[in-house]
Amino acid sequence: MDTETYQEGRVVHQPEYIDGHSVEIPILKILKQDGSVYKNADMPKIDQQHATKIYHTLAFHRVLDERMVASQRQGRLSFYMTALGEEAAIVGSAAGLDDNDMIMAQYREQGALIYRGFSLENFMNQMFSNEKDLGKGRQMPIHYGSKDLNYMTISSPLCTQVPQAAGYAYGQKLKGNKQCTICYIGEGASSEGDFHAGLNMAAVHRAPVIFFCRNNGYAISTPSTEQYAGNGIAARGVGYGIKTIRVDGNDLLAVLKATQEAREYVINENKPMLIEAMSYRLGAHSTSDDPSGYRTREEEAKYAAHDPILRMKNWMLAQNWWDEEQETVLFEDLRQKILAAVKVAEVIDKPAIDELITDVYDVPSAQLEQQLSTLKEHIKKYPDAYPVTAGRIK
Amino acid sequence: MAQMNLLQAINNALEIAMTENESAVCFGEDVGHFGGVFRATSNLQEKFGKARCFNTPLTEQGIMGFANGLASQGSVPIAEIQFADYIFPAFDQIVNESAKFRYRSGNEFNVGNLTIRTPYGGGIAGGLYHSQSPEAYFAHTPGLKIVVPRNPYQAKGLLLAAIRDKNPVIFFEPKKLYRASIGEVPEEDYQLPIGKAEVVKSGSDITLLGWGAQMETLEKAADMAEKQGVSCEVIDLRSILPWDADTVAESVQKTGRLLINHEAPLTGGFAGEIAATIQDMCFLHLESPISRVCGLDTPFPLSHEKEYMPDELKTFEAIMASVNY
Repeated sequence: MDTETYQEGRVVHQPEYIDGHSVEIPILKILKQDGSVYKNADMPKIDQQHATKIYHTLAFHRVLDERMVASQRQGRLSFYMTALGEEAAIVGSAAGLDDNDMIMAQYREQGALIYRGFSLENFMNQMFSNEKDLGKGRQMPIHYGSKDLNYMTISSPLCTQVPQAAGYAYGQKLKGNKQCTICYIGEGASSEGDFHAGLNMAAVHRAPVIFFCRNNGYAISTPSTEQYAGNGIAARGVGYGIKTIRVDGNDLLAVLKATQEAREYVINENKPMLIEAMSYRLGAHSTSDDPSGYRTREEEAKYAAHDPILRMKNWMLAQNWWDEEQETVLFEDLRQKILAAVKVAEVIDKPAIDELITDVYDVPSAQLEQQLSTLKEHIKKYPDAYPVTAGRIK
Repeated sequence: MAQMNLLQAINNALEIAMTENESAVCFGEDVGHFGGVFRATSNLQEKFGKARCFNTPLTEQGIMGFANGLASQGSVPIAEIQFADYIFPAFDQIVNESAKFRYRSGNEFNVGNLTIRTPYGGGIAGGLYHSQSPEAYFAHTPGLKIVVPRNPYQAKGLLLAAIRDKNPVIFFEPKKLYRASIGEVPEEDYQLPIGKAEVVKSGSDITLLGWGAQMETLEKAADMAEKQGVSCEVIDLRSILPWDADTVAESVQKTGRLLINHEAPLTGGFAGEIAATIQDMCFLHLESPISRVCGLDTPFPLSHEKEYMPDELKTFEAIMASVNY
């Protein structure tokens, strides 16, 4: 056996076993629900300006989710996904990074994009798949992406971003400009083969990537008790030789602290880190889902009492960095702005028909050009049947 | 007979199969207590217990590998992949394992008891990843059977045949018809043949061939053409693999013209395979080139879904072009 990789353990002469649950994994908590901080807790780096930006992001997030679900219910929007209950995990981790760090999200991380400064108009244009959408109206709502903001465009197939994050971060290491990648993932998607492949690749090739698992208890209807038999997702990091921490995902300060330290570690050591944030998906999986088919109101109410945004607000109030009047003004202002933005975006034209064939390749093939040309002639013959594009074909 | 939608017909077939055979097991993501995201497996856990109808972890390759093992042991796995768009992590297990289990072992082992159910196709504003029709990838794999039903009656009879077939079968369910397609379905057990096409409507001028949700499109286009005096014979292929070349050829020898319609992109789509075979079998009978009305050679779009789809207007135009060739 290779002496460098072979670690000799304690030698025994009677069988001894390691129980799957014998590794004790502590959970980091800094902030209590009432806004007070645990005695002796290590605080993250945070000042009033940073805290205010974080809180504004949380508020935007909550109101955006509320308004877009309402828009979907009114039939104005085809689909939406909230991150209700998980906002602190998402925003707290995004706030622990540098703006040049890469974000590779799963799909429920709009909070990270809000924190980065994605405009309300950009959110709306994507959701209404109009011609101003950066993604050219091709993907379902919430599949955002922004090169400028270092936020990789969302892909619906689960977990594909995990090995990609290892590769992206490896490239950052080669470039040597002290940047890292954060890769978000749910505890459900962590069952995919790509999860295991990605963690192993990152560990073996020492990629500066933070794997951030939002353990929210459910994959659509499947509770985490039917998802894995081990000690959550954190235990797997240990198995791949990855430094790992578990945090209270509803505790923004704990998430921020863990992410700040993770960033330092992955960049300085050129190694990955795994953060498992324990939370609860308070909302439905998506607007296509109805949780009453698989869980009780009582269960939801129990977790609703741990509202992460209220917890952060209580802390802000205790610092005298926030007051109830600011709260009322901010939320009302956001409601008005978001409602107005919906009204603008929903009437903007869909992309012109020419965009159907762009970006399949760097330039459309001759065959695609021919197909488009035939399609245009057809639409011109039957304009009433293709109202989205017919009026703008020359 | 009872009125059922396509989901109810599938649920009914699963219940019959699980009642008849104690080793029949249904599983997949959200399939258990919840009954699947489309509710095709509703109440099966209640009736047959958690050991025979259950949620799996979120891993398509795990579902298919598990199903292969279970089938090789002699049980009857009916595995669900939540959307056909998400079948690709399981591609290796299906293409290299399910399809080759019998051949590579000299029939020492086989996974013939395996059935894979998965919803496919457009029509739900699903964009790139909730709309694809991946049948052609699997049609390139000897050892698999591929079945696509067009309505509730077909779905029940074909699914029962798929479950009892002694070969691995992929059963693609047209999800846009799950609740939209309603029809008379016998409550008792029956089977429809795998590998046999069905002439849905007789005609004399052109043969229109399709499967699954596109059968509605063909029937609408046929109605439009009839008003122009063109008599269309409409055929539902039902099985992509093996496919019933004889029924198609017999029709084309009568009509002299063939149009094939599928949602998947044109290039590399199964229509190409059909066209090659039929020109070989019917060369001297053909009055015009075999026509393919298919999806464009792009990923499945969201805002341009209507434009992308091989709809009845495009089909009608192609019928008239073929007749006037």
